[in-house]
Amino acid sequence: MPSSAGAVVNVVFAGLGGQGVIKASDVLADAAFRAGHDVKKAEIHGMSQRGGSVTSDVRFGPEVHSPMIPDGDADFLVVLAPSQVENNVHQLRETGVLFPPDLVPEASLRNKRSLNVALLGALSTHLSIAEEHWRAALEGALPERLLPVNLEAFEAGRAAERSRASGKGRHATP
Amino acid sequence: METVATKAPARGLWSGDEAVALAARDGEVALGTGYPGTPSTEILEAFSGLGGRAQWAPNEKVALEVGLGAAFAGARVLVTMKHVGVNVAADPLFTAAYTGVDGALVLVSADDPGMSSSQNEQDNRRYAVAAGIPMIEPASSQEAYDFTLAAFELSARWKIPVILRMTTRVCHSKSVVRRRERPLPPAPPPRFVRDIRGRVMVPAFARPAHLKLRRKLAEIQAWSETSPLNVVHEGSPSLGIVASGISFQHVREAAPEASIFQLGVVYPLPVEALRRFAAGVERCVVIEEGDPVVADALLAAGIRVEGKPEMYRFGELSVSRVRRILARDESPEAPPAKTKPPELCEACPYHPVYGTLQRMGCIVAGDIGCYTLGVMEPYQAMDTCVAMGASVGVGLGLRHVLPEEQARKVVSIIGDSTFIHSGLNGLVEMVYNPPETGHVLIVLDNGTTAMTGQQEHPGTGRTLEHEATGHVSIEGMARAAGIHNVDVIDPVKDPRGFEALLATRLASNDLSVIVARRPCILAAADIRLFEKQNAEKAAASASPCAACGSDDAV
Repeated sequence: MPSSAGAVVNVVFAGLGGQGVIKASDVLADAAFRAGHDVKKAEIHGMSQRGGSVTSDVRFGPEVHSPMIPDGDADFLVVLAPSQVENNVHQLRETGVLFPPDLVPEASLRNKRSLNVALLGALSTHLSIAEEHWRAALEGALPERLLPVNLEAFEAGRAAERSRASGKGRHATP
Repeated sequence: METVATKAPARGLWSGDEAVALAARDGEVALGTGYPGTPSTEILEAFSGLGGRAQWAPNEKVALEVGLGAAFAGARVLVTMKHVGVNVAADPLFTAAYTGVDGALVLVSADDPGMSSSQNEQDNRRYAVAAGIPMIEPASSQEAYDFTLAAFELSARWKIPVILRMTTRVCHSKSVVRRRERPLPPAPPPRFVRDIRGRVMVPAFARPAHLKLRRKLAEIQAWSETSPLNVVHEGSPSLGIVASGISFQHVREAAPEASIFQLGVVYPLPVEALRRFAAGVERCVVIEEGDPVVADALLAAGIRVEGKPEMYRFGELSVSRVRRILARDESPEAPPAKTKPPELCEACPYHPVYGTLQRMGCIVAGDIGCYTLGVMEPYQAMDTCVAMGASVGVGLGLRHVLPEEQARKVVSIIGDSTFIHSGLNGLVEMVYNPPETGHVLIVLDNGTTAMTGQQEHPGTGRTLEHEATGHVSIEGMARAAGIHNVDVIDPVKDPRGFEALLATRLASNDLSVIVARRPCILAAADIRLFEKQNAEKAAASASPCAACGSDDAV
């Protein structure tokens, strides 16, 4: 079978244990799966639960082989903790897009813990995954009582990214 | 769909661990047992979540023995553990290869190359060779599902335990799984059929059993030569690659043009098929994580293959490392990016314990769990950590030979789940061969197996599914073993009392066990909820007769 590496989208999520890195990557993987893509997702559970660095790789496209994104091949890097930008930025390709934690102003989030979903909202503006799949993935991943606040955060992220793209926000590439 | 696991969709995004559980459920596995250990823990949790009968054993040896008994009775059994857990289970495992099984028994060995959460990166493919147990290795979640079913078929056909070897990246990566319409033929109901010569391994019966094992392995080797679990992906004749497990995925991406022999059966190897493959390509490279197990076996068989440079024995492989191996690149690799190491949670009840150990300048024989993080800053209050339960024996050994002023500072420290796992043996040694200066064993009891994600254990008195069951008392075991000084203290509520108690016990020549008891902050709310639910259930089912019949072990 011919390699389809060119068509695969690579997204790295990074942060600290307890911030929702794995949850965010679960939502993206599920949304991409619902949109009909082959999907692979890789991370390490274990020691990372104790506040250490956590990363999770999501890859989707017509056919994905390795679940791990090779260094320098990430199209998108989503970072939840300011301290985790510098040590992960090498994962981005030259044309890759960084989503730093301060992309979405804290004031625009009703609950600070929704930052992971807000950054997913920002990321979603770059991906051709229909909104219904995002919504279904969020509904599948979150308890019902937390859904409204997270849907708001998702929208806040989308708005923040649109404003960045129109030049009012921070620069998009590292 | 005609399967029991109706909760799961026919096609979904599953981790390798979940896929094993799904296959076990679809394959009508009667019992899943094991001991928690990254990256294997999620298998039994998922199996239970799908409605399967799953239980935590106190350790891997007991899990395998329970599984073996059930398989002697004709049941299909899944036994799960991490790679180092197989060391604990190795004693029954080697002889189970001789006895074989009546139903089917699949042991999952979840290896951790790169040591994401382990004390070593041993390569358990060696166990298959050493014990004479067939081993198959999946490369994705779909294969984890398919190979689990294949392992049960293989086990039932040759009446032999089979090892399903996984690695961290296959266990924890998620990918698409499609379930089978007809997973396995229906399982016959368990029954006991006497087979003294086959199952009582006294030398007179074990000698023919060993011959029988080797005959089975010869048959399985012949099957392996044409097994559909090994797949040849046709490609360029100039480069051939032999790979298994996650390495196969890296290879497809790093060298999409190559011919690939994807090994599903790791033992016994399909040697002749591999010989033909290697002869059909100009250059044949074996890409494998960990030890050069396959490369050495093929070279020993006189097959012209190239292994990897020694530097790639260490850590996980990746697409970029596979590219380097193919380019014979032995130049130094870029150092890994700096990451923030894990640490004790801010509100962890063990902080005051490590503060005390640090202040008192103790020599600390440590053990395996969250509390191993006491070795990190700011405490650095751990001097040894080797294996589950080793804190007790290592502490005693230090006490036996150190000069008195140092011996008196030696403390063994162990978690609640680890104490039950294999600290109990050390406790018995402590009573039987006490050092002249006595000894102090601190059991850190946070009421859960915290490190692996808050699993239950016999000391919590709740099953894997959090239902009430018999409760093994840590202090009760210590007293029963013959320890005179047994204290239970809350180190957060009374940190000074803890420090004073430790000072008193260290100054004496007695044997002491101090149980530092306070629930894990991550588990406390759940524990309260489980206790409340179980109390309500007990109250609801209580009748005047049932009330006096209940009995809680001490």
